[in-house]
Amino acid sequence: MSTTLLPATDEVWTWLDEVPDPEIPVVSVTELGIVRDVQYDGGTLVVAVTPTYSGCPATAVIDLMIEDKLREKGIDDLRLERRLSPPWTTDWVTEEAREKLKAFGIAPPIDGTASDGMSAKAARLSGETNLTVECPRCGSANTERVSQYGSTPCKAAWRCRDCLEPFDYFKCI
Amino acid sequence: MSEVETNTVATPDDPFVADADLRPALFEWLCRMGDNALILGHRTSEWCGHGPVLEEDIALANTALDLIGHTQMWLGLAGEVEGEGRNADNLAYLRDAMKFKNVLLVELPKGDMAVTMMREFLFDAYHHLLLTWLAENSKSPRVAEIAAKALKEVSYHLDRASDIVVRLGDGTQESHRRMQAALDLLWPYTGELFAGDDVDAAIVEAGIAPDLGALHADWNGLVSEVLEEATLQMPEPGGYAHLGGKQGRHTEHLGFILAEMQFLQRAYPGASW
Repeated sequence: MSTTLLPATDEVWTWLDEVPDPEIPVVSVTELGIVRDVQYDGGTLVVAVTPTYSGCPATAVIDLMIEDKLREKGIDDLRLERRLSPPWTTDWVTEEAREKLKAFGIAPPIDGTASDGMSAKAARLSGETNLTVECPRCGSANTERVSQYGSTPCKAAWRCRDCLEPFDYFKCI
Repeated sequence: MSEVETNTVATPDDPFVADADLRPALFEWLCRMGDNALILGHRTSEWCGHGPVLEEDIALANTALDLIGHTQMWLGLAGEVEGEGRNADNLAYLRDAMKFKNVLLVELPKGDMAVTMMREFLFDAYHHLLLTWLAENSKSPRVAEIAAKALKEVSYHLDRASDIVVRLGDGTQESHRRMQAALDLLWPYTGELFAGDDVDAAIVEAGIAPDLGALHADWNGLVSEVLEEATLQMPEPGGYAHLGGKQGRHTEHLGFILAEMQFLQRAYPGASW
């Protein structure tokens, strides 16, 4: 029987807060809301992680980075679990992370505007989208969507009609 | 590697996964779900680097990536249900054409943008209806959680595809002509989406999936609305349907996809990096 004192899960959470998202390194994996659970199974630390998009190539890198961080902190007995349910939503992105995204040049998600499959039709009928995204550079609301998809699965390409800069919008899901 | 096990799956209890009686049908059904996503994902990825404009290239590559993600979930579960040690990679890279159970619609060549986007739209409309039902009603918690995850992404697929169908259908004379030609070409392949067989019947009976025929009316409604807005002529529903993909009888096109997709694992078995 081991007599080693196991680090408290609260402390593990603060360590995980030091793990950046590999593609958007200004925010951490905990701020993105993808670390769902930290607990012990006997002496094994179990960290449950949920993918952002199901095919996101960053998922495997995130697992590796979490493992590296926890090993660096001296955790030997570790298990990472992939958790699908409930599916990740941008509602879980913290307020602090939204500010950081904006400062980094990415417009943060606007809650409640995830696609339901019929959003494009509704927008065509009403003549406007349900989305007003502020330019992260100049703050103007006079912006337009260039494409629903962007440089990573979680983003859409937008452009500002005032300062004319293209920018990424962290789309809702 | 150390003693760390990565990527174990935190799973809700699901009695169907170990149900020996249901195993052959459930494995088959999960392969159909996974193979539709895999083959359409592969076809869509063929545009990567070849899109007509950068934004469309990126959108198609993102869509393909989502579909490959769905494949990993569906085929991963299929391997678990089968219980013979095969994972999603084994199923994707080491089965021959007759063991693939995707519908014929998704394996047809990508054609021009009209064919690619019309196919995506026709499939997305079906995919969206099916995943919505599975996420809300499936008695299998594992199936429901995969569907709920995939549905969020497929909602964006359907949104984009329906928007483009309208814009190209009701666009220039040339884009309209191409979209109508794509619709006429693909229409006889849509009947297979709703043609159930014994495998479907067993899965419906277990409460895991809906009766496909029952989705057909909703699909017709959704599709006809968009096509009308796109000023396109919808072919008569209920016409001739090409069948067989779900049972492993494919067009000549699937073999060529597999030759490309599986080459590396066939030439260098077990290669990893």
